[in-house]
Amino acid sequence: MNKIMKEVKIVTKDLTLHYGQKMALNSINIQIPEKEVTAFIGPSGCGKSTFLRCLNRMNDLIPSVKITGEIRIDDLDIYQKKIDVVNLRKKIGMVFQKSNPFAKSIFENIAYGPRINGINDKKTLTEIVERSLKNAAIWGEVKDRLQDSALGLSGGQQQRLCIARTLAVEPEIILMDEPASALDPISTGKIEELIFELKKDYTIVIVTHNMQQAARVSDHTAFFYLGELIEHGRTRKIFTTPDKKQTEEYITGRFG
Amino acid sequence: MNSDQAKTAYIFTAESLRKKFRFSEFFAEKLITSVAFLSIAVIILIFFFVFRESLPAFKGKPKATTENKVSAGNKPESYGSSEPATAEQKPETYSGEEKVTTEKKPETYTGAEPTAANKPETNGADKDTSVSADEVNPDASLRPSAKAENEGSLGSLFGSEWFPVSENPRYGMIPLFVGTFKVTLIAILFAAPIAILAALFSSSFASPWLREWIKPAIELLAGFPSVVIGFFALMVMATFFQNLFGYETRLNSFVGGIAMALAAIPIIFTITEDALTAIPATYKEASLALGASKWQTAVFVTLPAATPGIFAAVLLGVGRVFGETMIALMATGNAALSGLNPFESVRTLAATIGAEMAEVVFGDMHYGILFLIGSLLFVFNFSINAIAEFYIKGKLIKKIQGR
Repeated sequence: MNKIMKEVKIVTKDLTLHYGQKMALNSINIQIPEKEVTAFIGPSGCGKSTFLRCLNRMNDLIPSVKITGEIRIDDLDIYQKKIDVVNLRKKIGMVFQKSNPFAKSIFENIAYGPRINGINDKKTLTEIVERSLKNAAIWGEVKDRLQDSALGLSGGQQQRLCIARTLAVEPEIILMDEPASALDPISTGKIEELIFELKKDYTIVIVTHNMQQAARVSDHTAFFYLGELIEHGRTRKIFTTPDKKQTEEYITGRFG
Repeated sequence: MNSDQAKTAYIFTAESLRKKFRFSEFFAEKLITSVAFLSIAVIILIFFFVFRESLPAFKGKPKATTENKVSAGNKPESYGSSEPATAEQKPETYSGEEKVTTEKKPETYTGAEPTAANKPETNGADKDTSVSADEVNPDASLRPSAKAENEGSLGSLFGSEWFPVSENPRYGMIPLFVGTFKVTLIAILFAAPIAILAALFSSSFASPWLREWIKPAIELLAGFPSVVIGFFALMVMATFFQNLFGYETRLNSFVGGIAMALAAIPIIFTITEDALTAIPATYKEASLALGASKWQTAVFVTLPAATPGIFAAVLLGVGRVFGETMIALMATGNAALSGLNPFESVRTLAATIGAEMAEVVFGDMHYGILFLIGSLLFVFNFSINAIAEFYIKGKLIKKIQGR
């Protein structure tokens, strides 16, 4: 894969994952560039979300998962024994498909991350909260009701709040697992604009069902099918002149 | 032909779409409704029964048997109503040597002092006659007792003495309430943290197979007969704690509270565990993805999110302890004292009913008072739950989960 890229952030080598006996990922080799948006597309159950969750070791929570191969971030193997998963996840933020703000106030939702990192100074926390909310383009909507429950926000606002929450711990990589799949077009548009803004500072990996979305927001696209990485390259190339027939068929809507 | 039939079956006609009376559904619906209303009605009726039975306490009427005595004797002797006027003069003492010396006529059960041996009343009645004999004017003695007829017995409800079976009965419920709240407080302070932490462990930290064992095991304890817990408290825990803390009375509110905590823990545990398990996995994932450890996730995310459920669990625990009779009867010492020392014997409301109901005369004042206690138990439990449910819970949730 000799492509013209910026600095490579994440590299996987023969990453294979089993759920019990069932193979979910089959020897994935991919390079994810720094400070760009990489989109994973593919039909349901093709392993793209599973792969995403490998990147911050969320799959560790599932007992039956067995992983072989390696994932290197900044040339460090994150699956070696010495790695502290908790600290790893501080550096790799994640936004989930279903917005999941905590049952706390908006302020506390954002402040939670810094707090568990030992920041208890009220003033610093306030600054972090404000900055994170501004970066997530939601500050204007919630600044007057920071003490209200986050569960009272709309779906799109909740999702942006979750992004703000992720930003508050200052990660380097942000993983997004279908962040807009449950949102209306307007909210989706806002999230996409946000992604566009965020890629200046963060490496973003996004899983999406929506091919138009992938085409709109991403710089690189990877197509997964049945647990295998079929094709990976510049988004424009994947969507215009894909190398593989399967990719073309999926993108043109012949299956999936 | 076949297709024709299929066609006709789906045609929209008044015939095919006419309302049908489905008897079985109608019957099942009405049956379920009536059963539901019946059960609610039964509970309300039970309450009304209990309350009605407590009416003799308000009437303050002497019971039938004493009325006979009244007619036999010349004094308006009554079992429960007229005495309180003399209560100040003759406090009840069970070990009252000093009182014997200071007071002219201490209460005694031997009935040694009656000089007027020809009195028909022997059952404690003689003292009152002698009291009134002390007074110069018989009218003066009648007046306070007549006044007491109305308010004396009820007035004594708010007194601090519970001596229901003396010749001079006093039904002060304060010590009973103090005792009940004391025991409840001790039990909940002990049970709630343990049960909640255990539930947190089980839901957040235990491996799946361990959880499969812990939960049924603790739930099994919920069905543990309280008499066995009471027995254990009486025989083992009381001695153990006495040796440990070196207090005076062996059976006291502390021992009773701990024993009741044993009864309340499984209830609180089970419901808290359910509440914690019901927290969506996405909450935990969100927290973990932010770089929180398991502990931080459990304590700062899972626990606050489960507040309503945990609150309900603790309330159920309170209800259990509040109404617990057998353990209270066996392990709290049953002395109606109203001090705040946890190592003092207490008598709870429920234990009072349990202990005395078998010995009262039907329709008697004492009988009525016991039923009054029953109603109060109901009312208090109900209002604690109501206040907690509608007031404290909302505030707590607002505080923890934002407005």
